[in-house]
Amino acid sequence: MNKVVQNADEAIKDIQDGAVLMLGGFGLCGIPENCITALVKKEVKNLTCISNNAGVDDFGIGLLLQKRQLKKMIASYVGENSEFERQLLSGELEVELIPQGTLATRCLAAGYGFPVFYTPAGVGTEVAQGKEVRNFNGKDYLMEYAFDADFSIVKAWMGDTHGNLIFKETARNFNPLVAMAGRITIAEVEKLFPAGQLDPNIIHTPGIYVHRIFQGSNYEKRIEQRTVRKRK
Amino acid sequence: MALTKEQIAQRIAKELRDGYYVNLGIGIPTLVANYIPPGIEVVLQSENGLLGMGPFPFEGDEDPDLINAGKQTVTTVPGSVFFDSAMSFGMIRAGKVDLTVLGAMEVSEEGDIASWKIPGKLVKGMGGAMDLVASARNIIVAMMHTNTKGESKLLQKCSLPLTGVRCIKKIVTDIAVLEVTNGGFKLLERAPGVSIKEIISKTTGRLRVEGEIPEMKF
Repeated sequence: MNKVVQNADEAIKDIQDGAVLMLGGFGLCGIPENCITALVKKEVKNLTCISNNAGVDDFGIGLLLQKRQLKKMIASYVGENSEFERQLLSGELEVELIPQGTLATRCLAAGYGFPVFYTPAGVGTEVAQGKEVRNFNGKDYLMEYAFDADFSIVKAWMGDTHGNLIFKETARNFNPLVAMAGRITIAEVEKLFPAGQLDPNIIHTPGIYVHRIFQGSNYEKRIEQRTVRKRK
Repeated sequence: MALTKEQIAQRIAKELRDGYYVNLGIGIPTLVANYIPPGIEVVLQSENGLLGMGPFPFEGDEDPDLINAGKQTVTTVPGSVFFDSAMSFGMIRAGKVDLTVLGAMEVSEEGDIASWKIPGKLVKGMGGAMDLVASARNIIVAMMHTNTKGESKLLQKCSLPLTGVRCIKKIVTDIAVLEVTNGGFKLLERAPGVSIKEIISKTTGRLRVEGEIPEMKF
C-alpha cells in the first residue's frame, strides 16, 4: 500500500507525449508546482491540459506554454498570460473554454462514476452548440460529459503514505475533484506523514483515488493579486 | 448627477437582507461589501471555495492559500468555511445563494445578459459567470448605463455573445434602477437630478415609465 515516490521526476516518469493531463489549482493557488517543473524538465510535448486557468507567463502552466509543450488547453478563464494569447492567436494552441462549474462537475462526475450530467450553465449560449438539451421541470439543461484524462496531478497540504489528502484553505479548489478524475493520480504534498498520523475525520480525499504521492519542496506559492489594507 | 461606481454599489447594498448569502462579482459588485447596512449580517460567497469572505488582510498577513475568485488575497471571518469548486457551484446551482451581483456589457429587455466575449478581441473565458446566471434566483446587474462610446447597454436584443438567457431581473446603473418585466425594462428609480428624458434617451430597449419615478435614496 505504500504509494510514496521519491520526487516529482519519478512521479511523472511515464507521462508521454500526447498525454491528457488534469491539474488542480485556481489561478496560482494550490497548483502542483513540483510536477509542473518536472514536466518542463522532461520536455514532454503535445499535452492536453485540463485546468481552470493557464497560469501566468512565468509560473504555473505558463511554464509549459513557454516551452510550447501544450497542444490543447481546456479551461474556464485564461486571462493573465500573454504567451497564451500569442499561441492562441497564431493557432499553435487549441483552446476550449467551458463554464467553471461545468469544469468542476465534469471532474466530479468522473470520480463518482457518472458518464454525464445535466446543467443549466450555458443554455442558449455558444457553449450549448452541438449539445443535447433536455427540459426538466420546465427548465432547460445541457448534457455534459465526465472528463477522461490519463493523469491527474494535484497539490495538497498534508498527505499520508496511503495517499489520503488534506487541503488548505482555498488551495482546495479543484484539487480534490481533479484527484478523483484521472486514471492515474499523482499528489504532491507539503507535508507527508506515515499512515495513521492524519485524523481520518478530516481527510478530504480518500487515498483510493491517489496512486502516487511525494513530499514536494521549495514551494514558491506566488500571489497573483496582492491586496492588503493598512493597519490603523 | 450620474452616480459614481461607489454610489451604484451603495444603492445595491440596500437590497441586502439580514441572513443573506451573497456572491459578488468582480468590479463594481465587489464594492457592495463596503456598504453593508448596520445591523445586517450577510455571508459572502467566493466561488473558488469560501463562504464567509472577510476584508483584505493587513499588510504582511497575506496568505497565498487564501484568495477570492478575483485571485486577490482575502481573510476569513468567524463562521467561515472552505469547500471544493464542485460544491461551490453546487450551492449556486441548487439556489442556496440568496443574491448574486455581477457586471455586464449588455442586458436585453428580456433579461438576457452578455458579459464575457467581444468578437475580434481576445477571449479570456467565462469563468463562473455562465453557471451563476443560469442558476441564481436573484441576480442584480451592476453596470454603467452606456458604454465608453456613449451607446446604450440596455438593448432590445444583446449584440454580443450571450452569457445567459432570460435570467436578469434587476439592473442598477449610474442613472437608474430598472426591473426586467414582460413589457421590457420598467423604470423604478432615477439617480438624484437625472431626468426621465435622459434615461429614455440612453435606453435602446423598450422602457416602461409609469407614474412618478422617485429619486434613489441612500
